[in-house]
Amino acid sequence: MLIIEGKKVIELYVNGKKRNVVVRPADTLLYTLREQLGLTGAKPGCENGDCGSCTVIIDGWPIKSCIMLSVDAIGRNIITIEGLKDAPIQKAFVENWGFQCGYCTPGFLMVCHALANMHPNAEEHVIEKWLESNICRCTSYEEIQAAVHAILKPLS
Amino acid sequence: MIPFDFDYYRPDSIQEAVKIYEELDTQGKQPLYYGGGTEIITMARTHNIFTKALVDLKGIPECNVLEFRNDQLVIGSTVTLTQIFESRKFPLLGDIGSRIADHTAQCQITLGGNIAGTIIYRETVLPLLLSSSQIVIANESGQKQVSLHEVFNERLQLNPGEFIVQVITDKIYTTLPYVHVKKTKYEKIDYPLMTVVAVKKDEKIRIAFSGLCSFPFRSMKMENALNENSQLDVRINNALSHLPTSILNDISGSDKYREFVLRDTLINTLKTLEGVGLC
Repeated sequence: MLIIEGKKVIELYVNGKKRNVVVRPADTLLYTLREQLGLTGAKPGCENGDCGSCTVIIDGWPIKSCIMLSVDAIGRNIITIEGLKDAPIQKAFVENWGFQCGYCTPGFLMVCHALANMHPNAEEHVIEKWLESNICRCTSYEEIQAAVHAILKPLS
Repeated sequence: MIPFDFDYYRPDSIQEAVKIYEELDTQGKQPLYYGGGTEIITMARTHNIFTKALVDLKGIPECNVLEFRNDQLVIGSTVTLTQIFESRKFPLLGDIGSRIADHTAQCQITLGGNIAGTIIYRETVLPLLLSSSQIVIANESGQKQVSLHEVFNERLQLNPGEFIVQVITDKIYTTLPYVHVKKTKYEKIDYPLMTVVAVKKDEKIRIAFSGLCSFPFRSMKMENALNENSQLDVRINNALSHLPTSILNDISGSDKYREFVLRDTLINTLKTLEGVGLC
């Protein structure tokens, strides 16, 4: 049984590397990524699981790091925006102007990257469903959707 | 940030989970079983829940099952709504889960958490009530398998220390023709103004509701009224006379408006299931 009592050093697997961090069990993954590891790409927005700006990828799935405990991520594969190295979706966002102020962009990128990996042939209703998880105050939705289309390969 | 501290335990077996819960409870730590954690974390952040210990059930193999065994579908309590949707093993349950919160949250919300949570809607229980599912409950005496109808009355009636291990549904119910309608006040992603779920089994319609009253329910009296051999408006009026309690009247919608939406939804639901079948 995994037991974490009080503040402890735990090991997280982040962007392909093992990282030791000191956490309270009550610390969210978002807090630990930003404050312990300096990975500030995941943004605090609503911190209530609504806006998606803190989205990271855990074991292939998009997860809102503000509503996940750091200790819950022990033994799981965490990818943050810093772990994307020239991924196709990043280029597609640039080429399609899929951002304005940029605050929501890391979260959107992580959702879109996960979608492209999980459903490379996603149909329109699937794309819309995945994108509904994130909010862009600048309303770049059409450009973001165009960026996703640019990297997916719809079944003919 | 969660403004208080707690300890975290991730047992590897059902027995370990029950035992550690009991020990923590004896120590006065007000333990909570933990699945996806979305509800616990958001409520803890706003001081709406308190605990000194979480017992995470995701390390228990039995809680992570999602497979057919003979003629039954077994779903572990920590299986996520996304996993259920993507598997297409129980399309109705998958579709309902795919309208709870948003997609990313569905990657974290578990079936057990949705059924046993404190938020009143608990929409995933609706198809399980319609399919007379069984539920496996763990406690200090071991495990017991009971009908969901026995332990779900307005909410899941579990004793302290008990948790859901699995939900078991006869395969025949996973392929029935169905209707799933979720109405919200403004946005697609929101708590339901009303969710109506209906299936057709042996030429009879089974129907369950969330958001209509202060708890999700399936009413045999309402089903009997809707299955009568009479005109549609007569059947619906009779069904509405058997509501288990008053219609919700809150900021999402007045009771009058909900009744209006309910009547319209029932007409469409009955026409669909009595007409062309699967929708």
